Amino acid sequence: MQFYSLPNLIRRGLRGHRDWTPAWRKAEPKPSYDVVIVGAGGHGLATAYYLAKLHGVTNVAVLERGWLGGGNIGRNTAIVRSNYLWDASAHIYEFSLKLWEGLSQELNYNVMFSQRGLLNIGHSEQEMRDLARRVGANQLNGIDAELLSTHEVSKLVPILNTSPHTRYPVLGGTLQRRGGVARHDAVAWGYARAADALGVDIVENCEVTGIRTANGRVTSLETTRGEIRAGAVGLVVAGNASVLASMAGIRLPIQSHPLQALVTEPLKPVFDPVVMSSAVHVYIHQTDRGELVLGAGIDAPVSYDLNGNFRIIEHVLAAVCELFPIFSRVRMLRQWAGTVDVCPDASPIISGTPIKGLFMNCGWGTGGFKATPGSGWVFAHTLAHQEPHPLNEPFSLDRFTTGALIDEHGAAAVAH
Amino acid sequence: MLLIPCPWCGPREDDEFTFGGEADIPRPADPDALTDEQWADYLFMRDNRRGRHREQWCHTAGCRRWFIVERDTVTNEILGASTYGNSS
Repeated sequence: MQFYSLPNLIRRGLRGHRDWTPAWRKAEPKPSYDVVIVGAGGHGLATAYYLAKLHGVTNVAVLERGWLGGGNIGRNTAIVRSNYLWDASAHIYEFSLKLWEGLSQELNYNVMFSQRGLLNIGHSEQEMRDLARRVGANQLNGIDAELLSTHEVSKLVPILNTSPHTRYPVLGGTLQRRGGVARHDAVAWGYARAADALGVDIVENCEVTGIRTANGRVTSLETTRGEIRAGAVGLVVAGNASVLASMAGIRLPIQSHPLQALVTEPLKPVFDPVVMSSAVHVYIHQTDRGELVLGAGIDAPVSYDLNGNFRIIEHVLAAVCELFPIFSRVRMLRQWAGTVDVCPDASPIISGTPIKGLFMNCGWGTGGFKATPGSGWVFAHTLAHQEPHPLNEPFSLDRFTTGALIDEHGAAAVAH
Repeated sequence: MLLIPCPWCGPREDDEFTFGGEADIPRPADPDALTDEQWADYLFMRDNRRGRHREQWCHTAGCRRWFIVERDTVTNEILGASTYGNSS
């Protein structure tokens, strides 16, 4: 791996930048691997990286149906935070946030993690009580969280309409100063480059078409590039988890929905933090390029469609114009949707399955991006030891049988 | 935007309807006899199909009746609608 540094940049610059090599190899699939990960998105590539780095498992392939980072890692709104209500979620997301804080150095790849602060605003007295409760829970878990008054919110984001006579009056908010955004594609590319350097094969254009088992144990995967034997298989396929699981005869408590986002034309810097409102289903931040990135709630019907319903856009833009009258004449540049796999309790599944050697990391719903490093870290541990790490033990598939659900609808379902 | 063919009112915009999830999940006939696994399957597990999908809709802002729609979950094409007990 070519080390990215200022001296290297100058040295190669003086030679006309002609000797940079690709960040990762185009690997051909081998007939057999110790671990095969399905899905070269953020979580899959992070899993491969930590398997090789921390557990010494380097005979690993990451199979990708399309191209690397072409799924939800490239479609999310890039928000990172850890202010979840319940202990199990708080622990894994905070662990992840700590990994984010050192990720660019760890990977020698600039993921542009920007801790610009994350502001949740509340519009009703009940919502403020819920926010106060969450701030208390966060602080007890060692997560930075502050409860703000309307005046403090207004000082932080002066362009927010905090007049009492609006449709969505701002009664206050919560602030996680360590929250922010990261460059989502760079996360996939950085993990891919670092995993590749440790010997992981990343195989693109390789669709899994079947999962073979013998005596209750996974033996190999049928793919469009031939059969690949595997000691263990990790399915990390956001937006297709039910489809892949059904190949192994497993039913999941997941329903897939489109989640839409929009980007505006670039503006001069106008506000710092990420602003989210769960009550009106909108979250917004300004990128380094100056564009506003807006996210919405999910489309209600189950669907794998990647356009999304126009009504959602109408709803989001109406809310944004109410909250930020200054943006009422900003033009939208593009809109897209990603397929999100939502669990009934809005928490992920990072777990073994009834089939030995087959593991799943799925069901992240609308908020998987922020968990990318932590999710990969615990899933690598799960694959290497064939049992969960204490951080992901609560996120088992059998919680839907035992009833030990982790109901994060208040913190996760609407907003990222 | 979807144009949902209500069997009673005709095609209307999806704005008037509430989505009710996968169809053909009958309430257990003898709830006391169910194991935890069977309860989990009834309550939470879904086929979540890519392609043809039978699902429930309610015409909330119209006749307020439930019915079944068959739709392709990739293209969103509506393939038919039926009332309970009668297929289209």
